[in-house]
Amino acid sequence: MSLSLVQYLIRRLFQLALVIFIAVSVNFVIPRLLPGDPVATALARLQTAGTGDTMDIEAVSASYRARYGLDQPLWNQYLNYWSDLFRFDFGVSFSNFPEKVTTMVGAALPWSVGLLMTATLLSFAVGSLMGARLAWPGGGRLIRALVPGMMVLSAIPFYLLAIIMVYIFAVELRWLPPAGGVETTRIMRLDWATALDVLRHAVLPCLSIALGSIGFWALGMRSQMVCVLGEDYITFAEAKGLSPGRIFFRYGIRNAFLPQITALALNLSAVVSGAVLVEVIFNYPGLGSLLYVAIRGQDYFVIQGVVLVLIVTLAVAMFIVDLIYPLLDPRIRR
Amino acid sequence: MTARFRAYLPGGVGSRLGGTLFFGLAILGTIALLSIIGPFLTDASLAQVGAVTPRRPPGGDYPLGTDAQGRDMLALMVHATPATLKMGLIAGVIGVGLGSVLGLIAGQFGGWVDAVIRVVSDSLLTVPAIAILVVIAGSIDRMTTGIMALVVASLSWMFTTRTVRAQVLTIRERGYIEVARVNGETPMEILFREVMPNVMPYIVASFVGTVSAAILAIIGLEALGLGSQDEMTLGNTIYWAQQSSAVLRGFWWWWAPPIVVIAMIFVGLFLTSVGFDRFANPRLERR
Amino acid sequence: MSGAAVLDVQDLDVVYDTASGPARAVNRVSFALRPCQRLGLIGESGSGKTTMGTALMRLTRAPGRIAGGRILLDGADILTLSPRELRATRLRDIALIPQGAMSALNPVMRLRAQMVDAILAHEPGRSKVELDARISELLTRVGLDPVVADRYPHELSGGMKQRAVMAIATSLSPKVIVADEPTSALDVVVQRQVMQTLGRLQAGLGAAVVLIGHDMGLIAQFADTVGVMYAGRLVEIGPVAAMIEAPRHPYTQLLIDSLPGIDVKRRLTGIPGLPPPLVTLPDGCPFAPRCPLAHDRCRSELPSPQTVAPEHRVACHLYPEHESLPPFRAAEATA
Repeated sequence: MSLSLVQYLIRRLFQLALVIFIAVSVNFVIPRLLPGDPVATALARLQTAGTGDTMDIEAVSASYRARYGLDQPLWNQYLNYWSDLFRFDFGVSFSNFPEKVTTMVGAALPWSVGLLMTATLLSFAVGSLMGARLAWPGGGRLIRALVPGMMVLSAIPFYLLAIIMVYIFAVELRWLPPAGGVETTRIMRLDWATALDVLRHAVLPCLSIALGSIGFWALGMRSQMVCVLGEDYITFAEAKGLSPGRIFFRYGIRNAFLPQITALALNLSAVVSGAVLVEVIFNYPGLGSLLYVAIRGQDYFVIQGVVLVLIVTLAVAMFIVDLIYPLLDPRIRR
Repeated sequence: MTARFRAYLPGGVGSRLGGTLFFGLAILGTIALLSIIGPFLTDASLAQVGAVTPRRPPGGDYPLGTDAQGRDMLALMVHATPATLKMGLIAGVIGVGLGSVLGLIAGQFGGWVDAVIRVVSDSLLTVPAIAILVVIAGSIDRMTTGIMALVVASLSWMFTTRTVRAQVLTIRERGYIEVARVNGETPMEILFREVMPNVMPYIVASFVGTVSAAILAIIGLEALGLGSQDEMTLGNTIYWAQQSSAVLRGFWWWWAPPIVVIAMIFVGLFLTSVGFDRFANPRLERR
Repeated sequence: MSGAAVLDVQDLDVVYDTASGPARAVNRVSFALRPCQRLGLIGESGSGKTTMGTALMRLTRAPGRIAGGRILLDGADILTLSPRELRATRLRDIALIPQGAMSALNPVMRLRAQMVDAILAHEPGRSKVELDARISELLTRVGLDPVVADRYPHELSGGMKQRAVMAIATSLSPKVIVADEPTSALDVVVQRQVMQTLGRLQAGLGAAVVLIGHDMGLIAQFADTVGVMYAGRLVEIGPVAAMIEAPRHPYTQLLIDSLPGIDVKRRLTGIPGLPPPLVTLPDGCPFAPRCPLAHDRCRSELPSPQTVAPEHRVACHLYPEHESLPPFRAAEATA
């Protein structure tokens, strides 16, 4: 590993830390800037909603005030906030008292990550290949015919696509289930039946995200490919008498892929935003649904915890993509 | 058809006004026209809760049917569309305005001002907007369309800042800036007289993108139920449809009209931005 | 060394389909090369010389297309070959050293891989040992240390990249080498090294070379035959000595005259005017608007090439169907 590569890594690591720092601070500051005391309001609302008899509001309120030092100066609160985070103490849910936020987030995270990774990898791979094929002169009439459709699909937000998908496939055709991660009656086991159930429920949410982004990746890759095909090394590759297939993959895609990966890193946050809403539509047991339920129930600490995890997970994902880049581009490695 | 129309446009504009830009603007123009004229032709009261018989399918008196709470869908669409567009435009204008100013300052003055602006904007760009917006929107007691626009605008400026800053830096390398400086123009004069006109195309381009992203975020927040509860907007329409389990009950006319309108808006914006890119950079049209 | 032509170009037409109509970039050009012959093709930007070079390997890209003529490589017309046959012919029989060889190498592949895939495309089944030996030999032949095979292109200097490209181009011992401005981005010292390497390679392979460029001095030092292109036409072609000392075509004369001499001090001269747009070529000789010796026939009738001396042809109405004529000094006519 050369010195400049190490420098590159350190810079990215620093950026990662910075993003997390800013996100956490924003997460801390905003509720405290707005009028009213969210904790008190939330507790009061729960009390009037009639759940007051299952928990001792006074005790909870007092313990929170003491623990989170809501009566202490802001700086102390901020530092306490950070120390709590490092101990992975995100607080407790009001709606599901006394379940810890960490537990709830931990249960939801694998579903979200699984869904997003599958959908993104699928649409990115297929979309990029389609886009590259589009840029290659001649033929590909089938793909070319799909372009207007893909453009329209990519212009529609994921969650709206989700609604359409649910209507067509779950309600009208009844091919696939309309909601949930698994059948409500299933007990999760490590067997084929469970796996199949998970897959069945994942198809529509996955498709909503994938179809909504495929057009974007395809058009992006097409532009990159067009640029690459104008380069001298493509002409020289042809002059060497190489087969079109080899030129397409080893000389064309291999180079066009680099800016495409950068585009992936830049747009990942938009994909995550869309995916969150898709989960809500499908009642998919990931972070999106957790966030939605928490918003409805004014479950303050859950909201903060989920938002934080979303931000950090995304930052880490982008960091991983940044790590991959030098592996693919030897010019950076130097 | 578009070719003949283009022939009537002044100067060299016609040949560069590609079909994409034309269609994009045509779609947006149609929607804008309907948004402006529509409210005069339809009765807004029909779109209120309990105005008409609920759950009627499309046909007869109600061309688009009615929803669970007794609103006439057609009237609702006609009034919701301009409301959403207005929010998107306000958020877009604020976002682009703020973003341009920050980008210009960062690019022109450099130093630690640039460093701070750059770091903040890059960091916020890597954050999923919906997450922060949800926290903000959820913390607000009484949401209105105006506040919604402001909330979304707060995270819409970063892309413009980045684009504008990059362009300012490029322009500063150009010869005519040196000439202006040697001629004694102050930095502010240089900024407004030399740099700004060359940055304008980029600002316009990012305006389309910003409005698009803003509307996306607004509709998303409203669909989650964080929007202004009583007002008629496209996102709220979808939220109400979801609340009444429209999809599962097969009442497609509760959610299909807003989706169609939203899709048209986004397709229009997308085509406009792609077309505008080609219009502003005709050199890139190689193939 | 005489004998059958290894490369015979007959009435080649290359057209660019532009928005304002077809532009004839190469206008019925004919010439023939024997093995070991070195042809230098010279001309201004837009004269069609680069288009000519690309067309020789059928690498013309849209919106250009080969509109007519024949290119006979060892008797076989490459314009009629199937795509598969064409791929087999490239590199094996005719090789290209492209313009801007700096960017002719794939930035994400090591040099070795780029050399190997060229060889394997024509000789599949070579073992790794054979390939490695071959690559070392090829690199040494162009004056490079075999260790550069494991480097990436960005780790090599301009001159090294140029020689690596030459190594690849000659790896299958082609009969014809087309070198398109191989030294344009290099400094003079490296230029000389590269041209010497090219000369050595060519001599060793017994190949014919088409060297395309706009630097008359460079071409004159390397080539034994010089061809001058103007607005898509091959206006004069002949032995280098005759071309330099006694050029026949007025354009060639003006070109030679515009070269600054190191021993004679005089005012620099150029050729006033610009080449005609290729889309709206005038009737008659394309050089007529700028030619100091133009007369009426020049403006109405396109001159066809006439043989004025052994191996020396000119397309100019000053030489109407004559076998030989004393040289005409265009500079004297304008003095």
